[in-house]
Amino acid sequence: MTTQLCANGARRAKHLRLFDLPIVIGSTAFRAYIARMITELGHFALLLAFGVALVQMIVPMIGAAKGWPGWMAVAEPAAGVQFLLIAASFGALTWAFITSDFSLAVVVSNSHSMKPMLYKISGTWGNHEGSMLLWVLIVALFGAMAAWFGGQLPASLRARVLSVQASIGVAFMAFILLTSNPFDRMVVPPFDGQDLNPLLQDPGLAFHPPFLYLGYVGLSMAFSFAVAALIEGRVDAAWGRWVRPWTLAAWVFLTIGIALGSWWAYYELGWGGFWFWDPVENASFMPWLLAAALLHSAIVVEKREALKSWTILLAILAFGFSLIGTFIVRSGLLTSVHAFANDPDRGIFILGIMAFFMGGALILYSLRAGAMEAKGVFGLVSRESALVLNNLLLAVSCFVVFVGTMWPLLAEMFFDRKLSVGPPFFDAAFTPFMVLLGLALPVGSSMAWKRASLKRALYPLRYVFVVAVAIGGLAWAMQTGRSLIGPVGMFLGAWILMGVVVDLLQRTGRGPNRLRRLFRLPGADWGKATAHAGLGITMVGIAGIYAWTVEDIRVAQIDVPFEVFGYEMTLRSVTKENGPNYVSTTAVIDVVRDGEFVATLAPEKRFYPVAQMPTTEAAIHQNAKRDLYLVIGDEQVGGGWAVRTYVKAMTTWIWIGCALMALGGIFSLFDRRFRVAVGARKRADAPVPAE
Amino acid sequence: MKRFVLILMLLASPLAAVEPDEVLSDPVLEQRARELSKGLRCLVCRNESIDESNASLAKDLRLLLRERLVEGDSDTEAVDFIVARYGEYVLLNPTRGGANWILWWAGPIMLLLAGGAGMLYVRGRSRANAPQDAGLSDEEAQKLRDILSK
Repeated sequence: MTTQLCANGARRAKHLRLFDLPIVIGSTAFRAYIARMITELGHFALLLAFGVALVQMIVPMIGAAKGWPGWMAVAEPAAGVQFLLIAASFGALTWAFITSDFSLAVVVSNSHSMKPMLYKISGTWGNHEGSMLLWVLIVALFGAMAAWFGGQLPASLRARVLSVQASIGVAFMAFILLTSNPFDRMVVPPFDGQDLNPLLQDPGLAFHPPFLYLGYVGLSMAFSFAVAALIEGRVDAAWGRWVRPWTLAAWVFLTIGIALGSWWAYYELGWGGFWFWDPVENASFMPWLLAAALLHSAIVVEKREALKSWTILLAILAFGFSLIGTFIVRSGLLTSVHAFANDPDRGIFILGIMAFFMGGALILYSLRAGAMEAKGVFGLVSRESALVLNNLLLAVSCFVVFVGTMWPLLAEMFFDRKLSVGPPFFDAAFTPFMVLLGLALPVGSSMAWKRASLKRALYPLRYVFVVAVAIGGLAWAMQTGRSLIGPVGMFLGAWILMGVVVDLLQRTGRGPNRLRRLFRLPGADWGKATAHAGLGITMVGIAGIYAWTVEDIRVAQIDVPFEVFGYEMTLRSVTKENGPNYVSTTAVIDVVRDGEFVATLAPEKRFYPVAQMPTTEAAIHQNAKRDLYLVIGDEQVGGGWAVRTYVKAMTTWIWIGCALMALGGIFSLFDRRFRVAVGARKRADAPVPAE
Repeated sequence: MKRFVLILMLLASPLAAVEPDEVLSDPVLEQRARELSKGLRCLVCRNESIDESNASLAKDLRLLLRERLVEGDSDTEAVDFIVARYGEYVLLNPTRGGANWILWWAGPIMLLLAGGAGMLYVRGRSRANAPQDAGLSDEEAQKLRDILSK
């Protein structure tokens, strides 16, 4: 190594002395050499990880089948090593992005030396190859977590879970190495890169993909547990408890990822839409819906040992929809604004992976599911039945989204019709399910297990219902149009929110120290209350933005005030400014309402010269009642600037609601009973006296 | 990759959608035009309505739509006019005719089927005997008798 290093570096191989070292290390050639080494090591680490994953897939599975403890024990260290190797590989790729190593093809097409550091780093996963590496990194991370914290699992189940998880890693690492290797070199490295797509140079979008992948891939854990349980032939309450934290975590990540993406679309795309029913959005929404169903049905398995085979099926399908999502994004089969790096070969490869895992798991399911006998008995009216209804609505609404997403493809294949399925269809076909879900939620979630009485569940909600109807009626009376969306949304939001409060109060019972008991409720109860409240709040926000958005487009002259929806606005100036890797046209607009100053807003439009792409940066003034959303347009021929104003009711609540849903999931995750399941923390918990 | 960039360029134009010079002076007519253009697809973009898009083709379609409305077309006439020229693909809200009934009825039919299955399951559960109530099986009873008689 020394000779080569010096040949590249200081060219003084024979007379290298200690005080020469700083010169050698400081030289460009040395740095280039190290960078190259790191990249090659990263590539090598990925190949090694592939080998380790193969071992982790095969050996523990055989060990579990034959009952050989030594073979089963291979799974745990293998999972750790596999994760560390992929992490090293991912670190090497990140390093290539940070140092702008333009000998890598993927860096050239997605980075630029002038780019801010944050986006150099996020550029690592802002492209097909890097994001697939992130994908397998997360598969391995979840596997390693199960290995490290899964001490409580029976040895054979743990071996099988880790083996199935490794098989997913093997499939996707093969995909990376064969079709989309991020470590591919340029024959002639260019001087600079082509820059990351400017739309992705945004803090919201920098972290949107990692969260989404944590969610997608988190569902692989539920899948591995389901397949392992099918092979094992046993599903019991303990299984329900083990699988639920993984599902919860995946769902929380999906919620955050989807919300970040939608928030980004809202302020970046320039017309204030937050959801477009685009195939790729649907691809993330379908697993979210099924994960929500799964984490509810896992409760029934855990508490009542019923719904077992359905829960297994859900776990398989939820991950199946994650794979479908990957397929949609990567194959370009369904054209979408998000589709990146469309390539039929990659599409076929992923289709193969999908066929293998779904086909295999469903065949296994059909062979083994019959043997899973339900134990719990419950009445027609009971919490169990309510959760069945919840699953029914979530699963069928997921099916509707699926049919709508795939229909253009199916219609062209089978009926020779080239058609589109856009937002109007989804709004009409999907919304009713959510309305039903919202209606049933407060009633179902307050029912008793086993045998409940509808009357007893409804009775405490009677005032809540009246007030919610009154709020809906008020919204109806106050709005100008005849739209039902707004009032129904307000009614549902109020109904769910107040229902949550009533449920919490019921749980604390009567008598003194009620407040103390309220705060002593288990994490799962708080999680449920928070997440349900979040859903209600999101419904309010969505209804508000759909029903009561007003819009104005006009040409504004500098310093000539104009009035829009009660706001007096003045365009003060429009200036050109230079950002790190873009030029910006920034407008300054003063907003006054009823003589009172509201805000000075500065909408921008940017132009990224390297990528030759413009973007908009809307200026938004938010409060609880509405968002004031300003966009600056082009300079007009006759003087003045195009200015677009939206007033969007309740919009902030959409994301506050999403944040609450995620927070609710986190509360549930920290419930005491999962800590026991996780096992590794048990000792830390031990000194705490029982309450 | 190039196509991706192209698509995104069309998507993220500086001022999305309707420009001030397009707006009709009659607010009622303009409102109708806005509503209709939300349901018409921009053909060169991916999954965007002409109301949201800044592509020049979308602008042409918006102007064409407004022309039809100014000439006194009803909503359906104006949309049919555009569909006749650009095909069914232009409709973001798929028609209910022909095979599309599958699309529109997939949800409700699935809800009925799944609801029926769910109902059967719940009824089955409510009528099933709880295993703990089921008492001892014959074999177990025999075993117990054996033990007791010893």
